[in-house]
Amino acid sequence: MSDIMAKQSATTIFFGQLGRHALRGIEQLGDGVMLGLNALGLVFRKPWQGKHFVLQMHALGVGSLVIIIITGAFTGMVLALQGYYTLAKFGSTSLLGAGVGMSIIRELGPVLGAFMIIGRAGSSITAEIGIMRVTEQTDALEMMAVNPKQRILLPRIVAVTLAVPLLVSLFDVIGIGSGYIVGVELLGVNPGAYMAELIAKVSMHDLYGGWVKAVVFGFLISMICTYMGYRSEPTTEGVARATTQAVVVASVSVLIIDYILTSFFL
Amino acid sequence: MIRGEQLSKSYGDVAALSPTDIQIRAGKITAIMGGSGSGKTTLLRLLAGLEKPSSGHVWYGDEDLCSIADQRLYELRQSMGMLFQYSALLNSLNVYDNVAFPLHEHTDLDETIIQTMVSMKLEQVGLRGFEEMMPSELSGGMAKRVAFARAMSMDPKIVFFDEPTSGLDPISAGVISTLIRDTASKNRMTSIVVTHDVQAGLSIADHVILLWQGCIIAKGPPDAIRDSDDARVQQFLEGRPDGPIPFSRSTTSYIDDLTHRPGTVRLSS
Repeated sequence: MSDIMAKQSATTIFFGQLGRHALRGIEQLGDGVMLGLNALGLVFRKPWQGKHFVLQMHALGVGSLVIIIITGAFTGMVLALQGYYTLAKFGSTSLLGAGVGMSIIRELGPVLGAFMIIGRAGSSITAEIGIMRVTEQTDALEMMAVNPKQRILLPRIVAVTLAVPLLVSLFDVIGIGSGYIVGVELLGVNPGAYMAELIAKVSMHDLYGGWVKAVVFGFLISMICTYMGYRSEPTTEGVARATTQAVVVASVSVLIIDYILTSFFL
Repeated sequence: MIRGEQLSKSYGDVAALSPTDIQIRAGKITAIMGGSGSGKTTLLRLLAGLEKPSSGHVWYGDEDLCSIADQRLYELRQSMGMLFQYSALLNSLNVYDNVAFPLHEHTDLDETIIQTMVSMKLEQVGLRGFEEMMPSELSGGMAKRVAFARAMSMDPKIVFFDEPTSGLDPISAGVISTLIRDTASKNRMTSIVVTHDVQAGLSIADHVILLWQGCIIAKGPPDAIRDSDDARVQQFLEGRPDGPIPFSRSTTSYIDDLTHRPGTVRLSS
């Protein structure tokens, strides 16, 4: 009898905790959406944040160039090696260009590019905003009649949303180019066949799909990372926790949204 | 006149401020004093509109700060300044840009005029010539003086000071206290100073409010506070450990805690 009661009690506790976590998640989602919409609603309100947008584009976009180039190059090289090894079994190495191109443009460019930007720019956004909260800089802006949502959140949301598709496009070009070097120069695939299959098989539909994914990922990353920073507990530990959470939540969200978008674009 | 009506603030189950009525006189210096955790910074933040009260209203004339639109709140704040306890300088800007920040944001003044105004404010706090330094290169006292200059850059009508002298050496603390008094009297500025520095609070204020455990226990001119019969007031002013205000915040018996801890050896009588 007492065993049954203990089991019931454990089950009640488990579902109780599950429910509390679910409710907290829904609450945070609602709060995050409201905060993001609140910030975006200020885009056409004076004072214009053009200068701050350009500064953020430089800091977050240009600052991520090196990591995107390195990741793109090695992704293309590995894809070419793996692709050649697989296609050689079927005697279809001429399809290497199409394989590398489609994999990178449709999937790896947006997803790996997004992951790199989360690690490089997203985490720094959360930490920077969190530290501004800890040191009362956001309160200082409020007291100087400057809306921190307009000054801090808005330029970062717009900058990341626009920077991600640009960086992903660069990732695609570097990836396909490095795949060409490995496939053609090192493994001896016919250069004409590589390019011809690439052009023939990769359609504009694939390109649009990749760009749509990149824009959606950029928006998602910027919303999650700014929200986590702005709502972080104003302690050093709270900022560290918020930064970790931002990276984890943004990465998992990218994978989930990627599946949903892929099912639409197939 | 700023008026708080039945203002209260709770964080979860913890009541930081019990329902309180408060009046801040225009053009005067009001010092809000009390020990750590007495609710004075909470009260200041409520009056400045940085936090929404759990209940009650903050009236600026006939406008309720708790229910006005954001746009109007930012308009009101252009005539306010605030000195934060830990300065809150913008880390990405140097001293000059920090002090000039409100002027750049809210005026169309020529840069040469702004330069002159910044020089005047920095001269006031004895830091002219430090314009190019970054906040990370300043000592705590210097950062606070820069923050003071920034709070005054728009010649505000209302200024909030959160622990303006804490962490400062006696000379800097004296300079800041003198500056608060002088600028308030010259500009007919309404100043609200939160401090647990008894000497500074009583010497610069026209009106003093003393808080304990989120409640006002005394208010009036400094002389009336000094002459108060309330034992809590006298204990706070004299800094005595013994009296009605307990030093320990523990609610359980120390002996019980020690003897009922698991593994504790009990001595039989």
